[in-house]
Amino acid sequence: MQMPEPDAAILARKDDIVAKLCRILPPDAVISDEAETRAYECDALTAYRCPPLAAVLPRTTEEVAAVLRLCHAEGVPVVPRGSGTSLAGGALPTADCVILGVARMTEVLETDYDNRFIRVQTGRTNLSVTGAVEERGFFYAPDPSSQLACAIAGNIAMNSGGAHCLKYGVTTNNLMGVTMVLMDGTVVELGGAHLDAPGLDLLGLVCGSEGQLGVVTEATLRVLPKPEGARPVLIGFASNEVAGACVSDIIRAGVLPVAIEFMDRPCIRACEAFAKAGYPDCEALLIVEVEGSPAEIDHQLGLIAEIARGHDPVELREAQDADEAGRIWLGRKSAFGAMGQINDYMCLDGTIPVSELPHVLRRIGEMSRAAGLDVANVFHAGDGNMHPLILFDANRPGDLERCEALGADILRLCVEVGGCLTGEHGVGIEKRDLMGDQYAPADLECQMAVKDVFDPRWLLNPAKVFPLAVSGTRRTGAARMAAE
Amino acid sequence: MRPESEEELSAIVAGARGPIRVRGGGTRGPGETAPGEVLETGGLSGIVLHEPGALTLVARAGTPLAGIEAALAAEGQRLAFEPPDLRGLLGTAGEPTIGGAVATNASGPRRIQAGACRDFLLGVRFVDGTGAVVRNGGRVMKNVTGYDLVKLMAGSRGTLGVLTEVALKVLPVPETEATLVLHGLPDAAAVAALATGLSAPYEVTGAAHLPGAGRTLLRIEGFAASVAYRADRLRALFPETAQEVEADPGASRALWAGVRDVAAFHGRAGDVWRLSVKPSDAPALAARLGAEALVYDWGGGLVWALLPEGTDARARLGAFAGHATLVRGSAATRAALPAFHPEPAPVAALSRGLRQRFDPRGVLNPGLMDA
Ligand SMILES: Cc1cc2nc3c(=O)[nH]c(=O)nc-3n(C[C@H](O)[C@H](O)[C@H](O)COP(=O)(O)OP(=O)(O)OC[C@H]3O[C@@H](n4cnc5c(N)ncnc54)[C@H](O)[C@@H]3O)c2cc1C
Repeated sequence: MQMPEPDAAILARKDDIVAKLCRILPPDAVISDEAETRAYECDALTAYRCPPLAAVLPRTTEEVAAVLRLCHAEGVPVVPRGSGTSLAGGALPTADCVILGVARMTEVLETDYDNRFIRVQTGRTNLSVTGAVEERGFFYAPDPSSQLACAIAGNIAMNSGGAHCLKYGVTTNNLMGVTMVLMDGTVVELGGAHLDAPGLDLLGLVCGSEGQLGVVTEATLRVLPKPEGARPVLIGFASNEVAGACVSDIIRAGVLPVAIEFMDRPCIRACEAFAKAGYPDCEALLIVEVEGSPAEIDHQLGLIAEIARGHDPVELREAQDADEAGRIWLGRKSAFGAMGQINDYMCLDGTIPVSELPHVLRRIGEMSRAAGLDVANVFHAGDGNMHPLILFDANRPGDLERCEALGADILRLCVEVGGCLTGEHGVGIEKRDLMGDQYAPADLECQMAVKDVFDPRWLLNPAKVFPLAVSGTRRTGAARMAAE
Repeated sequence: MRPESEEELSAIVAGARGPIRVRGGGTRGPGETAPGEVLETGGLSGIVLHEPGALTLVARAGTPLAGIEAALAAEGQRLAFEPPDLRGLLGTAGEPTIGGAVATNASGPRRIQAGACRDFLLGVRFVDGTGAVVRNGGRVMKNVTGYDLVKLMAGSRGTLGVLTEVALKVLPVPETEATLVLHGLPDAAAVAALATGLSAPYEVTGAAHLPGAGRTLLRIEGFAASVAYRADRLRALFPETAQEVEADPGASRALWAGVRDVAAFHGRAGDVWRLSVKPSDAPALAARLGAEALVYDWGGGLVWALLPEGTDARARLGAFAGHATLVRGSAATRAALPAFHPEPAPVAALSRGLRQRFDPRGVLNPGLMDA
């Protein structure tokens, strides 16, 4: 993955820029020492690294605005950062950029149970948002597996999902408002405690814009009353096709599970070896979870079992108690860890129409054999969001490149069958150069026109999302000069 | 003008010399008096794809809503965002289209639980103000590939582009529904009761208060046994209040169709305003209006107010967090007051910037969303 050449003039002005940053921020908020900027050289896409010019850790919206005003005046690119758990390289720096991290902005600003929302600074971690309201029986629904570490800032920028989004939606469906600072330092408020203001839906536009339209400093999030209870059932099948058909039937039947997770044989084996969850050795496993009172859960699980029995399951195991429920989830939740123990892996994130599941799994199998790299599949089956894990050996020359090539082919397959490149991780640098496979030039031009409006000089996280060749003239000379 | 294809539409827009007024069913107003040549979307009609097992529907923008709802019903599915039918309120005729529903982000009582139209919109195709055909999103449930122009197009009322095709997530129709009806609560107590219902884990899918009828409504939907159970639990939350459960699904549906379409105002003269506010603020704000009639939906977050013609609702409300939109106004009111709530300067600047980029010549529904 290529990144643009850093601007030599900016590199040469490092001392001056750092001195100016120190004038507008408290001394402990500016990091410029080379040993320390290394902490910001990558996110969770660790194959790509580059320390930034400097990193700043402001504590308030005003400080963020001051930093952006300064960088705007100096023509220095800014890369916003939450917790750095992006799998797409969204927070990857360039050598000439300032990393603007919101990690110290973790305050809860307001909790309002009558109106069921919480307002937080965006550096707060996802899980600690739920932590702030659970005493009163509420929770924040979007639950990425990284929820212990990832920040609301990154969740908003990537429009992150989670295991339970089949029922509760992804970040954008639970985001009511933001305070955001534009690249020129202007502070804007979008949305708030009221819903669906008339006027253009700028809030919806900002969610998922990967830190390219503004730096989000505060967020109003919808919180929901916790369900009375939840229970999973585990169903094993002799083939992916049958498992796929079962998913489709469950969805049609009007049961609305909170989660339908799918694992294929390579994944089941790895998880079993790692977590000893007691999974059956079969081709495909579904974990289906439903919510409600004990009687409601019994009823829904009964319906699901009836549907599943029509598909000849090799195993059907309802959790009888919390312990067993924990064990059913244990394997799934440790999938990434299990893979990480055997191998290096790359986690893909394409989405496909649910009906294409069997076809796509068969094709992935063929492609994996042709490339000579193993692929394990674990994914959110209810909404077609796949996470094929390509296993490779980072120490073997050429393996990373082969892995990336196979990944790109699998994502193209997702697009070909009517799906998309990324369901929840974002484009970042990882899928940037594939955007032309999903979108026509006019589609990309229209998206870039949006960035022109919010950030006319293309200083905010500029080398992401759009293929470098496509965004080239905007990032360099022409557009910047026109704007000035 | 009534293009029969996206290409034809693109040529019309590219060649436009003056303003174009985009018209689906012509049922949603305001804007009927806006200048420009009418462009009807009715030629772009038909369901392109309905995959019940994947909960997806793709249709051309001019497809009548009634046809879509019938096709979904045949498979036991529906549009969960409950698009209102505003013909009775606005005194309009014609057939509402799916494009019109999307372009106005038309969302009914279930908005508070299931989401708005924008939350169910998976993908769009549209022709922008230069005639370029643009696609965004797709037909799958989860998609973060590039910017979310899908949300931007929902509710943009044809000012950024003319929708040609929309993809939507649909949901199964639940087995049954019931409504807990509370009687005689004053507005503030009613909104508090709605909050109590919405804060309980019983998945309330509608929370409305009809002051005129003295009724406060909480809806639950799902499997029969579960609905009965949850109705009982909800009742127990209001031991002091006169109440009954409307357990007949047909009667419950009729109650909510009335809330959705603001039936309480049908046939009554006056201007109609729609407020979007923080729910607990609603009773006090509504009191400032001195309205002739009120309907509270969305747990109080959506207030419909019937006011004497010419009343400046915004002046009566003073400063507040939220928005007041003039939905139906006499000619005099409309001449005096903008339909849309003024936006703060930096937000207005961004909206203006987007319109300039999407429609540089200002030909698409110009002025329609001016505040
Ligand atoms: C083990 C693991 C499991 C994961 N599981 C999931 C999952 O289940 N679902 C899922 O969706 N994702 C998942 N992810 C991906 C990742 O956690 C999410 O994308 C997360 O939202 C990133 O949050 P962050 O705070 O770490 O953001 P960062 O990595 O710091 O940044 C992500 C993007 O947000 C931008 N950004 C950061 N802060 C701001 C701000 N204040 N304003 C504007 N833009 C900003 C950055 O520029 C960057 O483009 C997983 C990652 C890991 C490592």
